[in-house]
Parts: sequence; C-alpha cells; structure tokens
Amino acid sequence: MPETVMGGQKVRELTFAQAIKEALAEEMRRDSTVCIMGEDVAEAGTPFKVLSGLLEEFGKDRVLDTPISEAGFTGLAVGAAMTGMRPVVDIMFGDFITLTMDQMVNQAAKVHYMSGGKWKVPMVMRTTMGATRRSAAQHSQSLHAWYCHVPGLKVVLPSTPYDAKGLLKAAIRDENPVVFFEDKMMYKMKGSVPEGDYTIPLGVADIKRVGEDISLIATSSMVQVALGAAAMLEEIGISAEVVDPRTMWPLDEKALIDSVKKTSRAIILDEGYERYGVTAELASVIATGAFYDLDAPVKRMGAMHVPIPFSPPLEDLTVPTEQTVFEAARKLCGR
Amino acid sequence: MTTATQPTTSQEVALWLRMYRQMVAIREFEGQVNELYTRALMPGLAHLYIGEEAIAVGVCEALERTDYITSTHRGHGHCLAKGASPDQMFAELLGKKAGYCKGKGGSMHIADPATGNLGANAIVCGSAGIATGAAFSANRLGNGRVAVCFFGEGALGQGVLYEEMNLAQLFKLPVIYVCENNLYTEYTHYSECTAGDVLMRAQAFGLEAVSVDGQDVRAVHQTAQRLVDRARSGGGPSFLLCNTYRYHGHHVGDINREYYRSKQEEHMWKTERDPILNMGKWLIEQKHADAPALGRVQQELESEMKKAVEFAVAAPYPNASEVEEDVYA
Repeated sequence: MPETVMGGQKVRELTFAQAIKEALAEEMRRDSTVCIMGEDVAEAGTPFKVLSGLLEEFGKDRVLDTPISEAGFTGLAVGAAMTGMRPVVDIMFGDFITLTMDQMVNQAAKVHYMSGGKWKVPMVMRTTMGATRRSAAQHSQSLHAWYCHVPGLKVVLPSTPYDAKGLLKAAIRDENPVVFFEDKMMYKMKGSVPEGDYTIPLGVADIKRVGEDISLIATSSMVQVALGAAAMLEEIGISAEVVDPRTMWPLDEKALIDSVKKTSRAIILDEGYERYGVTAELASVIATGAFYDLDAPVKRMGAMHVPIPFSPPLEDLTVPTEQTVFEAARKLCGR
Repeated sequence: MTTATQPTTSQEVALWLRMYRQMVAIREFEGQVNELYTRALMPGLAHLYIGEEAIAVGVCEALERTDYITSTHRGHGHCLAKGASPDQMFAELLGKKAGYCKGKGGSMHIADPATGNLGANAIVCGSAGIATGAAFSANRLGNGRVAVCFFGEGALGQGVLYEEMNLAQLFKLPVIYVCENNLYTEYTHYSECTAGDVLMRAQAFGLEAVSVDGQDVRAVHQTAQRLVDRARSGGGPSFLLCNTYRYHGHHVGDINREYYRSKQEEHMWKTERDPILNMGKWLIEQKHADAPALGRVQQELESEMKKAVEFAVAAPYPNASEVEEDVYA
C-alpha cells in the first residue's frame, strides 16, 4: 500500500485528537462495518474528547458505550472481527490493556495462525500511553512493549497528527489485529493534516529530521523530545538525525540501520520501561545491522524502572527530556 | 426439567435416527483418538468427549450450517456435530498438513469456517467473547445467524463469562451459552469451586436460563431448538445448563482417577445414564429401529473412523517453510 496524498487536497492545522477523529469518521463513512466500542465513547466522546461528534453522525449502533469490562468488549470485538465487522475498541488508559491480555494475546493474535489461515481478525485497539500528566502509577504507563512481544499483533505509535490520521486509516483497513497507542500528552499538539483520504503503510519509518552526526531513534511523544534535543545539539554544532519507526511491528529495520550506518552513533528513545523494552529491541537491531559502522555504544533511554510516581518532581525524573537527551547525545559524540 | 415429546412425524423419526448416528460417530471418533494416544501415534494429549455426546448433537441439530459455534479443549464432539469431516480432524490431531488448520492448531484448536466453527479454544472460557462477538455481527449485519458458546462448568469460574453475558443482554444478541457440567473441573469436583446457584448467575443478567438432562439427546435438542428459535427471532441471549458426565479422565493420560472419583460412580453413569444406550433402547421400544440396525450404524461408523485414521496417518507433515506462514493475514 503506497503512501498516498491525493493531489489538490487542502492541508489544515489539526490537533492530534482531531486527526484521529477525522480518520475514524472517514473510515466509518467509507465502510459500514467499522464501529467503535468502549467506555464513554458515545455521548462523552471519551474523557479526552477525542471522539466528540461521532455519535451524532453515526448513531448508537456504531458508536457503542460499553460497561467497564475491558476483557468483555475486547473479546466481543475479536468475534465480531472474525465474522464480518471491523471494530475499533477504545481502551481509555493504556494501563488497562492488562485487563485485555487474554483476548488480545491468546485469542486475537493467534486465531489466524491456529486456524491455518482460515479465520482473520481485522480489528483495531486504540489506547493511550505517556507519563507526566500527574495521574500516578495506574494511569501513566506506556506498555506497548507487552503487545510488541506477541506474534500476530501489529503495534503502531504515531508521533504527529499527519501520521496519526494516515496510520489509523491503514490500521482499520488492515486484515490483522492492530494496537494503536496514542500519547495522551499529544492530543492537543497541532500539525498539518491533508483533508480527505490518505494512508501510511504499516512498517515504514519516517525521517523526521535529517542529520549527520548521531541518530535519535524515537517513538511517539519521544519524537518531539528528540526534535527538541536536536535543535539544542545544532547550537553546539552537532547534527542529529531523528528517525521515527512509526510502527513497532512490522518494524522498518532497514531505515534504522541505514541511518546509523550514516551517522555512526545512536540513541534509542521510548517512553516504555527501559528494562526489557522497545529500546532494547531497537538497539539490538542496530547492533546487529550496523555494528562495524558504530563509533560508540548504542545508548538506550526509556522510562525508569519504577512505578510512575505521583509527585511532579519525582514523576518528571522517570522519562527522558530534551535536556537529558541533549546531554546524552553530547557525551556520545565526545563533546 | 424438560421432558421429551412423543413421536409424531417421519421428520422427527429421521431427526432421532440422525442424532443417534451422530452420537455414535463422536464416540467412535473418540475411541480412535484414545487408540492413537495409547499406540503413541498422536503428539501431545487429547480431551475425550465420550459420555457427553448428547449435548453437542442435540444443540448442533438445532442450528443451521451457517450458524456459529465456539468450542473448548474437549471439542471434538462439537466440531463433528457441526459437520466437520473425521479425516481432516484426525489429520489435524496428528499435526498433518491435510488437517483443518494445516496441522498448526491440533486437537484443541480445530476451526472450520465452512461449518461456522469459529474454533475450539484451549483457554477455559476463552471463546465467550468470540461467540458473543459473532452474535454481535449477526445482529449488526442482519444475517439471521445465531451463535452457540460451548463451555464446561470450569468456565463458570472465569469473570469474562459474566462480562459477556452482561454485554449480550445489553445488546440483545442472538447467543446461547451452553454449559456442559460434567461434574469435574479437571481433577476437582465442581461443587468445590462453584458457589451458589448456576442458573441464577445467568438469570441475574436477565438471560433465560434452563437446565436439561445432558444425557437425553431429545431433551437437549428440544430445549436448544426453543432457545435458538428465540435468539433468531430477536429474543436475546440465553443460558442452557446441561448435566452430564465425562467417562474418561481430564485428558487421555488421566487414567488413575480414584483419588477424585470412584469407579462405582463411573460405572453407574456408563450403565444407567449413557446417552447412546438409552437413546438406542428408546428407538427400539418405539419401533423406530431394531437392534441389528443400530448395530450396523455402529459398525459403519467404526469402519469410517478407521479409514479416516488411516488417511491421517498416511498424510504428510507440513513443510518446514510453512512455520512462518499464516502469522499475519
């Protein structure tokens, strides 16, 4: 599926949340089997107001408020996807994906393989991630690595409104279960989004900033942190490239390796826990694919190995910032 | 308790003979599975449905081919009753490419879109969501289908069952939750892990909940037919509790069972409550069949199952290149 931006489309400034709602609305207009279900998705439009207005256009049959039963409605979506619907389930906080584990890991992810390719599960789970919202340990985690670990699932982490719209439309059209993680701190972030239809294929990274001296490979909101750090690095004469894999699986390994072969240094940035997390996997890809081009060890920066604390000065310590990334990059470049 | 009706039409007689034959088919199939295990021809284990045949047959005879079922680790009976062919099932049990799932699923994961079988599931209660979702699709797409979720009484311990019954009732979905209470949750008597009243659990969500003698195929069928018709005509979800007994162990390797149940108890069920024996007696009493005819049914199916086993034993394994196929659609 090529990346398509139709000629003559008007480009507007939309927030990340508006881009997601636009993707959903366009797909629901295009395909009557697409429906949304989750807690407070209808009248409330979610606590983040991402879905406001969809109920009015599509009605209660397609925008369904559910009980607080994450396993229940996720399991229902798996069966619905197998039998002709394209459900999009909304898991309000990414921390609650733990409640959907059997439905996603043992059911959705395995149905296609276990049935020898006979059944398929074209569903999307939208959920959130991201700390520093002062929401404490059970509403702040970034648990996308859990789903990255499971064959049969695809995992998407958009970092801009443009990517969010194009990737979500591709996810809804995908024949597999796709988990779509939205950093809740980015919902109000603005960016250019074309009107109308375009998709971004799953498995294609994007170079968010071209540079020569170091690769900052970053996911989701960490892309913005990386871009901020890159601007600071430029002031001291270090040219940083920012690479956004956009999807954790499928993973565009070549784009990561090519970037590091060019720059010879890499920092991996991800808001999930650093231990046993996404940064470890990406660092391994680079260590294997660009070993003879590296001038420094690959540096990983993820969330600290602690439950996310409530107290703001403590919470802010747990995730990478522009300043900590700037300092790590400077050190890695020997400056 | 539902009681079976008296015979009235030739269609009913044909149905009863068909149900008898299907029960024998399942028993003969499972007998061969046990044989494959004891002869060390089958990889892994299998969970035999022997003793519980009347439930799968009675329920599936109330369904259309396009209706959906979900099944369990003890699922061979459900798959056969919904129309699966024994040769492809045996091939799957042996991990062969000719199997329903190209050998990738095995005994506990047989799935077959052609007969509406959404798949057997090795997570206890793992398919409650899938069955409810299939009913959701049927409702939204307006295709008139219903879904049956088979599960053992062990699944009563899983919270997701209650989430699904709540959702099914809220959305008025055409789904029937069929609980097969074979008395043993693996190696533990169900009374040790089931508090309160089982039917009341479903009734609390507003589902119609009934219990039936799971050893009486006519009673199972009659009740299932009513609940299926009710679901199809928009009456919503229901819960059917079938009281039954597992003749064999939890799986084929569970042969020393005295620590959790007595041989006398097993003997009583096998001699007094057997669904095939009792249906056969009834068919003869009612002069719908004679003993030689029923004997021929058994011989035909035994021979059919042996041929299916031969097919599966001779069938090739998948190629190594197939291990990474079908992970993604």
